Amino acid sequence: MEDIEKPFETKELTISMGPQHPATHGVLRLVLQLNGENVVKCTPYVGYLHRGVEKLGEHRTYFAALPLTDRLDYISSMNNNVGYVNAVEKLFGIEAPERAKFIRTMVAEMGRISSHIIWLGTHVLDIGATTPFLLSMAQRERILDLFEMLCGARLTVSYPRVGGVRNDISQEFLDLLYEFVLDFPSNMDDFETLVTENRIWKERTVDIGVISAEEAVNWGLTGGTLRGSGVDYDVRKYFPYDAYDRVEFDVPVGKKGDCYDRYLVRVGELRQANRIIKQCIENLPAGPVMADAPKFTLPPKDMVLKDMEHLIHQFILITKGPTVPEGEVYVGSEVPKGELGFYFVSDGTGKPYRMRVRSPSFVHASVLPRLSEGGLIADVIANIGTIDIVLGECDR
Amino acid sequence: MEPIQIAERLKERFPEEVLDVKEFRGQVSVTVGKGRILEICRYLHDDPDLYLDYLIDLCGVDYLGKKDNRFEVVYHLYSIRHRHALRLKAEVPQNDARIDSVMPVWIGVNWHERECYDLFGIVFSGHPDLRRVLLPEDWEGYPLRKDYPLKGPDTEWSGFTDVLERSKKYRQFDWYQ
Repeated sequence: MEDIEKPFETKELTISMGPQHPATHGVLRLVLQLNGENVVKCTPYVGYLHRGVEKLGEHRTYFAALPLTDRLDYISSMNNNVGYVNAVEKLFGIEAPERAKFIRTMVAEMGRISSHIIWLGTHVLDIGATTPFLLSMAQRERILDLFEMLCGARLTVSYPRVGGVRNDISQEFLDLLYEFVLDFPSNMDDFETLVTENRIWKERTVDIGVISAEEAVNWGLTGGTLRGSGVDYDVRKYFPYDAYDRVEFDVPVGKKGDCYDRYLVRVGELRQANRIIKQCIENLPAGPVMADAPKFTLPPKDMVLKDMEHLIHQFILITKGPTVPEGEVYVGSEVPKGELGFYFVSDGTGKPYRMRVRSPSFVHASVLPRLSEGGLIADVIANIGTIDIVLGECDR
Repeated sequence: MEPIQIAERLKERFPEEVLDVKEFRGQVSVTVGKGRILEICRYLHDDPDLYLDYLIDLCGVDYLGKKDNRFEVVYHLYSIRHRHALRLKAEVPQNDARIDSVMPVWIGVNWHERECYDLFGIVFSGHPDLRRVLLPEDWEGYPLRKDYPLKGPDTEWSGFTDVLERSKKYRQFDWYQ
């Protein structure tokens, strides 16, 4: 009886969530201070996947650093490649031919679909719905099969090259892709029927992790996480690269900046990506897929095998690298997670003096305490899902 | 506003601080001294015509043996309202590798500054939580400096040797005891 009459005491509990936790989407560790179910303090720890991509990039030629970018955000490597080659092309002062630009836009949007759809599936799975995950993975599989047909790799593609793309695409590929594009809206409808108006889903996401537009800009958020707060900043519209200024698409924005708005933004982006792919297929121009800039692009392989000049040329470009003008450029590109930026400082040799990767996930992981503190521990899971981080990119 | 005009305005406002203005491929970079960096950033952020409200990136560059001041801290700024960008570079000498934190202006710079401290050893005074972010707390050396070897230090990190020792110990654990 004495025990019951004593006043009820609670004390703060500190738990370590991750780095091995299915809902942290990789090796993210959060140290949470809890008062009952309320999160008092949240401290993220990253760096478990740090491989020193920036340091490695300084010791490789501009061509040889391309496969490193595959391993940044490993579920949308195509977009990283496109961002990287665009930055290098800006530094070199060359431009890819029209056909290559359209192909790059097309494959980048395919990468966006494959990344967003795995995000949707896992985010919904974290919150408790299993069926949409299976639906989304089936769609992603089709994209990966198409990537395999295109370049032989499913995940680490390295298909775009400095000055164009590796190889031209076949008619068979275009036919299959067009089939996918026609099916996709109805598949998205199936998905949305299960989730968008679902009461459990709305109760778990509406008014969770709210961040206002001004605050989101001040935090430096990008991509869907920023647009969910109602800021229409999209690198594809603000600094058009490749063929984005020749295709029509809308930039979906949210109103409140909660988890549900960010979900709606990304679903909207999926439909827009589909629209862009369709336009790219329909308007694909004919022509070469590699820029005619022999000082900066690798010669065609069949010529290397036949001709001494080209062989020497290839040898010099691979071993010494091209002669690059001195200077520095920063070029951002819109990857599914946000803005991926490459900042190069060139000292005139074939290797970058400094290669900086501005990764969106790194910034988004830093905003996690702001979103989670003061909420419930169950909402931490929703918040990790909604900011869409990939730790390979965060840690570089 | 064109970026070169922003650079000119910055030069008018802070004539002693602006050391150099360069343009390459249409991108303008302004080199400034590190002394009044917080004031410069606040001016760039608050002035209604400039309104560079969005810090895209902060990173360090090591110019070992190339420049008098060894380090540079590079800020990439952008204005979403006016759609103009500017690159701001602050020179930091090796013997006094510290610079004011710009967190009061852009709160999102938090982890970028921690990363810069982690990999270059540049100290950001006024930062509320300046710890290593990517590397373990007890790591020695600053990997992105040019005099740090690519393959890493010769001695293993203490945390890794600890794990090896412990795994040896646990291997001898007797399950049937």
